Amino acid sequence: MLNTPRSGEAASGNGQLGGHIAILGQSSVSSRYPLPLMAGEVRAGFPIHAEAEVDRILDLTEHLIPRPSASYFCRAKGDSMEGCGIYDGDLLIVDRSLEPMDGDVIVVCLDGELTCKQLGKWHGQPALLSGNPAYHPIALNGTDCETWGVVIHNVHSHRRRGL
Amino acid sequence: MIGHCDCNNFYVSCFRVFMPQLRGRPVGVLSSNDGCLVARSNELKALGVPNGMPAFQLSPEVRRQTVLLSSAYALFGEMSRRVVATMQAHTGPVQVYSIDEQFIDLSGLSTEALQGHAAELRQEVQRSTGIPVSIGVAPSRTLAKVATGIAKKQPVFKGVCVLEADHPATLAHLDRMHVTDLWGVARRTGEKLERMRIRTALDLRKAEPKEIRKRFGIVLERTVWELRGVDVIRLDDIDQKRQNIMTSRTFGKATGNLDDLREAVRSHAQAGAEKVRRQQSVARAIMVFLSTPRFRSDLPQDYPSLTLPLPMPTDDSRVIVGAAQRALEMIYRRGYQYAKAGVMMIDLTDRDGLQLDMLDTQETEERRQRSAKLMGVMDALNREFGRGAVTLGGVRKDERWRQRNTRQTPRFLTSWKELPEIRMG
Repeated sequence: MLNTPRSGEAASGNGQLGGHIAILGQSSVSSRYPLPLMAGEVRAGFPIHAEAEVDRILDLTEHLIPRPSASYFCRAKGDSMEGCGIYDGDLLIVDRSLEPMDGDVIVVCLDGELTCKQLGKWHGQPALLSGNPAYHPIALNGTDCETWGVVIHNVHSHRRRGL
Repeated sequence: MIGHCDCNNFYVSCFRVFMPQLRGRPVGVLSSNDGCLVARSNELKALGVPNGMPAFQLSPEVRRQTVLLSSAYALFGEMSRRVVATMQAHTGPVQVYSIDEQFIDLSGLSTEALQGHAAELRQEVQRSTGIPVSIGVAPSRTLAKVATGIAKKQPVFKGVCVLEADHPATLAHLDRMHVTDLWGVARRTGEKLERMRIRTALDLRKAEPKEIRKRFGIVLERTVWELRGVDVIRLDDIDQKRQNIMTSRTFGKATGNLDDLREAVRSHAQAGAEKVRRQQSVARAIMVFLSTPRFRSDLPQDYPSLTLPLPMPTDDSRVIVGAAQRALEMIYRRGYQYAKAGVMMIDLTDRDGLQLDMLDTQETEERRQRSAKLMGVMDALNREFGRGAVTLGGVRKDERWRQRNTRQTPRFLTSWKELPEIRMG
């Protein structure tokens, strides 16, 4: 399962994630060395160089990580964000360059620890929300909290015994 | 104008990105093999601990409150690459001076716009990478480095300082600055200048350039011009003992051939090792990078780099070339046309100081002397017959590169099993 929390925001707001899956296309076998696919006709004696005529195989990394220099892979620990679709052990892709917006799942530094929360509203005030009712929302006015990054995807593996 | 960017306490800052619990605490980073401090957080500096001190010499009181970590060159190298990439995306051409210092071409911006642009750039780097940086802007590299020093030390500047060459504040600052605190002015040069009653940076700025050239050579004359705001220094001019040495070249024609790249990296590594020996230093790590032509957006782009620690601090070409070749094999990808390759010698320290610090066994001392002899002969031959007269052959495949580390941190950026952990809360 591959969630994009920003776009799944409406669904996760009420603690429920939509089960809609759209088929985007077939993934390539390995995208480490994307090979150009030649499109169009090849005329003998005239090699085609124009970039417009070269199709590249889809690169998942490029698609998921628009700003690689500002993005980090992290590991989710604990089950308190299951309400947002993030499970223990999931691979998180965190983009540090984004300005956090209402509804974003973010990583913040809390008590010297990198912690995952959802940015939302509580009593009309901006607050850090947890996916777990056991954790109280933290109102942001006055609280010194530093955003570490915005979680743009989490990768959840369904086969735990290895691929 | 020229910008100079310096990452604050770079190695410590790299760890703090992933370990926020280290903030506000004294943190020291040890070299991977000999246990000397190669980086200190501000808190550790405030405790009066000097750079380069062997860890075992720390007082028990300091030791108790300090977090000591082993060097993690893969992390430092990757974070450095990210800092440069972020700057490249937000400003003009970036010239990498060392693993934690860059020069930026800021020509074409008005003085008013410079302050804002530099502040934005600083914020962007800090946000995207987590590394705090200081930026100095001035008409010359020497003055830009002076400006960075001000930006770093005086909090009111908020990490950015723009210096105009003839502004009274600039002159006042140069008047307070000792001449040996300038870029490229060694202590011994300072003693000689002292005899000419040139003590402060302002004194040197006012000195007669021809006179300085006659007595000290062209490099110091250039410093005089640079202090007056004339941009004359090229990076290779600086004769000072450097902490990092970069050797790189753009190929006449881009190549995807691994043998070509091996040859380029071998010669860069060897030239770098020679420079390390000439300034009587030893290197603790090396970085190798490749780059595809940046202006050819029609070709697939790749800018890999890799930093490897050396098995011991060394000036031995054989070890350095071997490590560089190994790094190349790890970053090379088939199918790309590379236009540039380079090797950087990282974390250089005095060879002589090191021998006192290290608890050497007879055997390594013997080996070092043998190596020194061989390298001496090699350098002499190359001086006499021209660079490349004597070169090293292939690499031993069975080299052992295991580090002797005790305080290793997780490999945050280089191992799927050791990614930074985020607590779900």
